[in-house]
Amino acid sequence: MIRVEDIAKNFNGLWAVDGVSFEVNEGETFGFLGPNGAGKTTTIKILCTLLKPSRGRAWISDFDVLKSAKDVRRSIGIIFQDPSLDDRLTAYENLKFHAIIYKVPRKERTSRINQVLEMAELEDRRNSLVRTFSGGMKRRLEIARGLLHEPKVLFLDEPTLGLDPQTRNRIWDYLHTLRRTKNITFFLTTHYMDEAENCDRIAIIDYGKIIALDTPDNLKRMVKGDIVTVRTQNDALAQKELGDKYQVAVQCDSSGLHFEMANGEEFVPLLVKNAKVPITAVGVRRPTLDDVFLKLTGREIRAENASGRDLLRIRMRHVRGMR
Amino acid sequence: MDWNTIYIVWLRELIRYIRQRSRLYGSIVRPILWLFILGMGLRPSFQSVQGFNYTQYIFPGIIAMTLIFTSIQSAISIIWDREFGFLKEILVAPVPRTAIALGKAFAGSTLSVMQGTIILIFAPLVKVPIIWYRILMLIPVMFLISFALVGIGIVIASRMTSFEGFGTIMNFLVMPMFFLSGAMFPISGLPPWLKTVIVINPLSYGVDLLRTIILGISTFPIVLDCGFLLAFGVTAIFFAILFFNRGEY
Repeated sequence: MIRVEDIAKNFNGLWAVDGVSFEVNEGETFGFLGPNGAGKTTTIKILCTLLKPSRGRAWISDFDVLKSAKDVRRSIGIIFQDPSLDDRLTAYENLKFHAIIYKVPRKERTSRINQVLEMAELEDRRNSLVRTFSGGMKRRLEIARGLLHEPKVLFLDEPTLGLDPQTRNRIWDYLHTLRRTKNITFFLTTHYMDEAENCDRIAIIDYGKIIALDTPDNLKRMVKGDIVTVRTQNDALAQKELGDKYQVAVQCDSSGLHFEMANGEEFVPLLVKNAKVPITAVGVRRPTLDDVFLKLTGREIRAENASGRDLLRIRMRHVRGMR
Repeated sequence: MDWNTIYIVWLRELIRYIRQRSRLYGSIVRPILWLFILGMGLRPSFQSVQGFNYTQYIFPGIIAMTLIFTSIQSAISIIWDREFGFLKEILVAPVPRTAIALGKAFAGSTLSVMQGTIILIFAPLVKVPIIWYRILMLIPVMFLISFALVGIGIVIASRMTSFEGFGTIMNFLVMPMFFLSGAMFPISGLPPWLKTVIVINPLSYGVDLLRTIILGISTFPIVLDCGFLLAFGVTAIFFAILFFNRGEY
């Protein structure tokens, strides 16, 4: 459904996307996971024909993104990262506007608008101005609008960014319903690990490059076994002891020492019995995508941990926006 | 031509305008200030022109002022749309950008004509006789003037990505265009360099055309007024579409 070959985009000497290739199958939910500034939004913009790539080619349902922009636009729906509703119009008016510019046949307009409003559970607010809506309602309305012209592919750029956990769950319930009831291909970007778990396949992207692409389960298998967390009376000493004794790479942070170990639960009694440095607490958990990202890049994915280069990228984006 | 898109872009602007009362009130208060306070203040020291006193003389100019403010403001709504994200929704749709630009241009012109017509209500207060068939002539004339002005506005809005430049446009474009249009004083008797600026200003022909219809006095021949406005309007819209199509978003 989506085919991307070596797409790259250069902004003022900085490669925001640096040679990305992948394919997305029909009906699949495909996720782009990576920190802020990794190139997720740029990729979406190229696929949506809003940006021209510096090199590479891409097709959406066999339409060339560069050559058949109009056909591509007709076959996709987009939910942008930033709100793109007219908040001085009502929910109904926003949908009607969309239906007309996407050439939804006049006879079907009302029934389709009603249908998507119902799906988004916004029927009772159809004639309210969008400015009176909460963040979650606006998001649901945007997703509803994106579906109005029955696209083959729905792009969602950080669909739950800035929403509280309860609202995020509700958006995801809505998206799951859509996945079950419609044969739509979903392409979404996120920097939330738990959200990425909802995808059929995930591409982990960092500094404009795909560093891993697989199902969430397979990705997690890249981390050998379980994650063991240990707290001791002397972390530095214990780190060396563990490394020497079990040949594992031990990482240390404020919450304690972490390392990978197959069958972690059975390993714990052994660990405690043989420890020279007194252990104060032990925890074992299954690996998450966070651990995969950490293993691949040595960094955590969260935005607050953005490195200097990331911050520069974010700032560059702002400068471009101003111009 | 994609009439449905033009229509819906036009309709959206009108709905937004009707819901935003402050714009309507502002556009009524501004002419009142100019007409009744400045006009009345200057009237005693102004020699009557062909039998008209100062407030009567500037009345067509005040309509022109309403047209230029409304037109430019409407075109600037493109920047507003960009700021609030709605522009992306329009630009990613499978419609030609030309249709979007034309919808904006028609909407701006329609709003200007509406505002300009409202100003005609003040005509009796300054003793300007308005005969009904003149109103019918004024509407297409006001539309023509507005269309040219909206074109200028769209060119600017396509090049500008932030709202900070808005004040600059008002100071460096709208006010000079208004002052140098003969709206507030007769052109005859001005130094040649000022006359030159006035002659290349499209609004001068708009003001002259309005004054011809409302008061029956004119500086340029009607054919020149209409011809210049038409030519300027077509050029402005051509560039508006060109720049709007080119802009990166």
